[in-house]
Amino acid sequence: MSMPETETAVRQLTLGDAIREALAEEMRRDPRVLILGEDIAEAGTVFKVLTGLVDEFGPDRVLDTPISEPGFTGIAVGAAMTGLRPVVDIMFGDFIGLTMDQMVNQAAKIHYMSGGKWKVPMVMRTTMGATRRSAAQHSQSLHAWFCHVPGLKVVLPSTPHDAKGLMKSAIRDENPVAFFEDKMMYKLKGPVPEDDYTIPLGAADVKREGEDITIVATSSMVQVALGAAARLADGGISAEVVDPRTLWPLDETTILESVRKTSRAIVMDEGYGRYGVMAEIASVIAEQAFFDLEAPVKRIGAMHVPIPFSPPLEDATVPTEQTVCEAAEAMCG
Amino acid sequence: MTQAAPTRHDAALDRWLRMYRRMLMIRRFEEEANDLYTRALMPGLAHLYIGEEAVAVGVCEALETNDYITSTHRGHGHCLAKGAELDRMFAELLGKRAGYCKGKGGSMHIADPDTGNLGANAIVGGSAGIATGAAFSARRLGTGQVAVCFFGDGALGQGLVYEVMNMAALWKLPVVYVCENNLYNEYTHNSETLAGDIMTRGPAFGVPGERVDGQDARAVYAAARAQVARARAGEGPSFLLCDTYRFMGHHVGDVSRDYYRSKAEENEWKTHRDPIRLLGEALIAEQAADPADLDAIDAEVSASVGQAVEFAKNAPYPSVDEVDDDVYA
Ligand SMILES: Cc1ncc(C[n+]2csc(CCOP(=O)(O)OP(=O)(O)O)c2C)c(N)n1
Ligand SMILES: [Mg+2]
Repeated sequence: MSMPETETAVRQLTLGDAIREALAEEMRRDPRVLILGEDIAEAGTVFKVLTGLVDEFGPDRVLDTPISEPGFTGIAVGAAMTGLRPVVDIMFGDFIGLTMDQMVNQAAKIHYMSGGKWKVPMVMRTTMGATRRSAAQHSQSLHAWFCHVPGLKVVLPSTPHDAKGLMKSAIRDENPVAFFEDKMMYKLKGPVPEDDYTIPLGAADVKREGEDITIVATSSMVQVALGAAARLADGGISAEVVDPRTLWPLDETTILESVRKTSRAIVMDEGYGRYGVMAEIASVIAEQAFFDLEAPVKRIGAMHVPIPFSPPLEDATVPTEQTVCEAAEAMCG
Repeated sequence: MTQAAPTRHDAALDRWLRMYRRMLMIRRFEEEANDLYTRALMPGLAHLYIGEEAVAVGVCEALETNDYITSTHRGHGHCLAKGAELDRMFAELLGKRAGYCKGKGGSMHIADPDTGNLGANAIVGGSAGIATGAAFSARRLGTGQVAVCFFGDGALGQGLVYEVMNMAALWKLPVVYVCENNLYNEYTHNSETLAGDIMTRGPAFGVPGERVDGQDARAVYAAARAQVARARAGEGPSFLLCDTYRFMGHHVGDVSRDYYRSKAEENEWKTHRDPIRLLGEALIAEQAADPADLDAIDAEVSASVGQAVEFAKNAPYPSVDEVDDDVYA
């Protein structure tokens, strides 16, 4: 568990504020760090995550760009190769399709193709998560796309505390890192230490210990899993919640240790189940812990439909505590 | 006064001879690459720069070693013009450990920080962001460096090019966009792919442009020098359109080309528009060099190309253990 002992003394910050604090601290520490994106300076992004940064760091380091995602992502790649440490802000994760060539064919491969000579230390911040009534082009969770590509790292924080420490590590990393923030969690509060801490990329965190079943969950699904675990406890099922925190590198060890202990696993993620993050983690478990399992691994993710607008329809596409409880009860029954 | 004139003349002559030599080095390198392919000694394909040498050499002559370039799938000429060594170039083409990218990049991905080469790029137009980003760094860090983005006329079809030109103009970035107009996008003439006048595209963003005879190395140099100076002075980006022609196929395997361009057209360019011959003849006509000087350069360049290719042939492949090195920094 990563929560510090002195929990009561620690400030409560929202996830959005924790990310802003991480960026501000890194920009103070390292003059090479700067942020590029649409409506990020005076507007502080559409989610107001960056409010105030332009006042401290000026418009040269918090730079409003034209609406040219491939262009400013490409500029960030070149800037990262030549001495800066850019953070690009992609307003909605749905827009990463526009940046794919720059991320997949350029950023991800430059270090390898150059035989290790050029590095691309950049971060792409973007969003994920449905239920904001924003319909099919502003609600997707497409992080699995980047996980498929060697050369990229992919981070999905689930708490304000983790968001700060992971963002600082992402900025200090020598590789291109994609950082997915669930827009529905920006207002989620939690303890965030004021000190300069980092969380290594590639270290999962056991968010709740348990004996009977492991729920591997990412981003906002960690919150859903924790809610489900509390309800399951009332019914006598002890669930352990493991948050990988980074999907690549993936801390297989922590996941497998938990599954070997509990002998059952649910894998949850807000991306699509087919060919996605859940499929990958379920395969890791099946390949390496098959003989420790009492039940087949269960995947719980977004329904395989474009995200609909109408509230009852949209809500039906996203996993809930109820979905998790029912699955866990069936597996433990 | 009477002393200064010959010195200036000599400096200029040194430059023309250096450029002549570089162009010839690229020509002989490419001929050797073609030969390696034909004899099945080279894995994969290569896109030869023969016929276009004056563009890379003219532009790079206007650059300092620490200035940046990005290159294309047709990149050997840019890399050599920026200062790459023949032996490590050949080694990379053959996938050898001694190559610029330890054999991991190959013909289309040669990169070399020591000469400011941010890398050749096999995505048409794909390096426009990188070059502009390097210019962004140069401006922010105040290093005085300039970035040159080489790309073909085919890349004018890529939106990325216009996105970054717009930002380069907004932010006055020290970048020169060099378009090598060899008339073809693979097997398609650009009359089928380009609407309007190419030269109006830069000015739409406030990026001034110049069009030069890309077979005239000295004209390319003069135009590039002015644009590089403008960039270095903080006045922002510019666009250089170089009219040129590739003498060979789109790649080494493209030998039957009748369906997309005529032999007569090729012969016209090869006979009358060869950039190396044009510079050589001009230097002779100006009595700045005599044929024997130029022959001596050729002999020397050919010998070093021969040595370099031998080096590469004898060099070992990387160990298979290295296959997953360098995925992450
Ligand atoms: C994005 C992309 N689309 C298509 C290709 C395939 N392709 C390789 S070279 C080429 C033609 C490029 O033409 P141009 O930019 O004029 O360069 P040239 O080959 O004439 O030097 C094409 C279509 C590619 N490499 N990248
Ligand atoms: Mg062309």
